[in-house]
Amino acid sequence: MPTELALKTLLILLVVVGGIAPLMSWIERKRAGGAQANVRRSGIGELTPAGSHHPLAEKVALLGSARFASAAAQRVLQRAIPLIVAIPAIIAFAVIPLGGEYQFGDTRFSLVLSDADWGMLTLFALAMLGTYGSVIAGCSNDAEPALLRSVRAPAQMLSYQLAMGLSLVGLFMVFETLKLSEIAMAQDTTLRALGLFEHAFGLSRPLLEWARLPAWGVIYQPLAFVLFLASITAANARAPFDLPEGDAEQIASKHFEYSGLHFGLFFNSESVQIVVSAGLLATLFLGGWSVPYLSSDFILYGVGRWLGDGFANGFLLLIHVAAFVAKLAAMIGVQLALRAAVRRMSYLRAMDLCWKVILPLAFGNILATGLVLLAVRQSA
Amino acid sequence: MSFAALLFYLCGALAIASALSMLLNARDALASALSLVVTMVSLAVIYVLLEAHLVAAIQVLVYAGAVVVLFLFVVMLLNLRREEFSPSRQKLVRAASGFALVLALTQFLRWLAPGLRPFPALPTGFGSHRVLGIALYTDYVLLVELVSLVLLAAIVASVVLVKRRLDS
Repeated sequence: MPTELALKTLLILLVVVGGIAPLMSWIERKRAGGAQANVRRSGIGELTPAGSHHPLAEKVALLGSARFASAAAQRVLQRAIPLIVAIPAIIAFAVIPLGGEYQFGDTRFSLVLSDADWGMLTLFALAMLGTYGSVIAGCSNDAEPALLRSVRAPAQMLSYQLAMGLSLVGLFMVFETLKLSEIAMAQDTTLRALGLFEHAFGLSRPLLEWARLPAWGVIYQPLAFVLFLASITAANARAPFDLPEGDAEQIASKHFEYSGLHFGLFFNSESVQIVVSAGLLATLFLGGWSVPYLSSDFILYGVGRWLGDGFANGFLLLIHVAAFVAKLAAMIGVQLALRAAVRRMSYLRAMDLCWKVILPLAFGNILATGLVLLAVRQSA
Repeated sequence: MSFAALLFYLCGALAIASALSMLLNARDALASALSLVVTMVSLAVIYVLLEAHLVAAIQVLVYAGAVVVLFLFVVMLLNLRREEFSPSRQKLVRAASGFALVLALTQFLRWLAPGLRPFPALPTGFGSHRVLGIALYTDYVLLVELVSLVLLAAIVASVVLVKRRLDS
C-alpha cells in the first residue's frame, strides 16, 4: 500500500508539475500571443520548432535573475512563502480522481490517491491556505506599499472562494455526496433528457427512453458551472480577474517583491492551480473519467465477453484515463483562452460581480435546486 | 509506535510549541498570527486522528483560513510595530503565573485520570458531514436558527457602526 501510494504521488508530481505546467507556460507565451496577434509577446522567437524551448529558457532566465530583498525583510518568512503557496496547490491534485476502480484478478486498483468522504472540503481548505501566500508576501518585506497591496489581492481571493463554495452546493444536493470519486461515479450513466416532462405533456415512453444525455453535472447544474468557472478563475487570480498582476491596479506583492526562482515558484504554482481547477471542473461537471454513453459496465461486458475480464479492465482503465485527460485538456484550454480573449476588469467591478451577482445567483440556484429535487422526489 | 500515535505526538508537540511561540512573540503581531495558523493546522490533524473529519476541515477552512487572514488584515492595516509596545517589566510575574497555570493543569489532569475510561466503539459515520448535518437540521434546528440570527445581528450591527462613522 505505501509503495502504491508513493508511485501514484510520483506520477501526479511528474505529470502535473513536470509535464502539464511547462506545456501551459508554452501555450501562454506562444498561442496566447498568437491569439492577440502580438508578435512581441511570443517572446524569444522561433529558435526551435514552434518555440518549444520556451518553458526551459524561462526557468533558466529566472535562475540568472538577481534575488532582491530589502534589508528589513523577514528572511525566513520571505523564503518560505513561495513554498507555502506551491505545496497546497500540488497536494490538492491528490483528491481528484484520475479514474475509477479496476479489478485485476484478486486485486482492486484504484486511480484515486486520497478518496475521503470530505474530499471537497479538503480542496476548499487547501485553497484557503493558498491565500496566505499573497497576504504574507506583502508583510515579509516590511515595506508599506507592499502591505497595502497585499490587502487587495487576498480580499478578492477570499470573496471568490466563498462564491466558489456556494456555487457548488446545488451540485452536492443533486449527487448527495462530497466525495469526488462518488460524484464521478454518479456521472458514469445517462439520464432521460425529457424525463421532467413525463407527466406534463404525455410524451410517449419510447421517446423518453431514447432521448438521453450523459448524466453530467453541467446538465444538472448549468448555472453552477458558469458561476464556478467564474469564481475559480477569480480565486486563482487569472484573467479576466487577474487584477493582482494588473499594471493599472495596485499589483500584488508576490509579483512585485519577488524575483528569480522564488517568483518562478509562484508562477509555477499558478499553473498547477489551473490544472487543479481544470481537474475539478472536469470531475464535477463533465463526468470526470467517464466516457459519455459508454458506461463502465457496458464496456466491461462488451469487451470482457470476447477478450476476458483482465483485458477488459485494463482497456477500461486506459480509456477512462484518456477521457479524463481529454476533459482536463479542454478545461485548461478554456481557462487559457479566457485569458487571451477577455479584457481585465477593474478591482471594484470584480468585487461587485462577486458580491452582487455571483453570490445572489448561487443562493438562488441552491433554492431552485432544492425545490426541483423536492418536486421530483415527491412525484417519484 | 503506530503511525497514528507518531502523528499525534508530532502534532501535539507542534501545537504546543506554536502556541507558546504565539504568546512569546506577542510584540511581533505578524509572527504571532502566523504561529496561530500553525497551531490551528496541527489541531486539525489531531481532529482527523480523532475521526472528526468535518471538524478538521472546518478548522482549517474557517480558523486557519478566513479568521487568521482577517487577523492579518487588521495587523497590516494598523501596521503594529515592535517599537510601539512598551517594554515589558513584569517578566517575573508572567513566568510565575505561567508556571502556576501549568502546575494547576497537571494537577487537574491527575485528578481527572482515574475517572477516564476507554472510548466505546464509534458509531458508523461518526464525525462525517452527513451525520452532523442531519443532527443539526433535525435535533438542533432551533439552536442552529438562533445562532444564525445572532450572526445576522452581528453583521447588521457592524454595518451600522461603520456606516455611522462614514456618514459623519
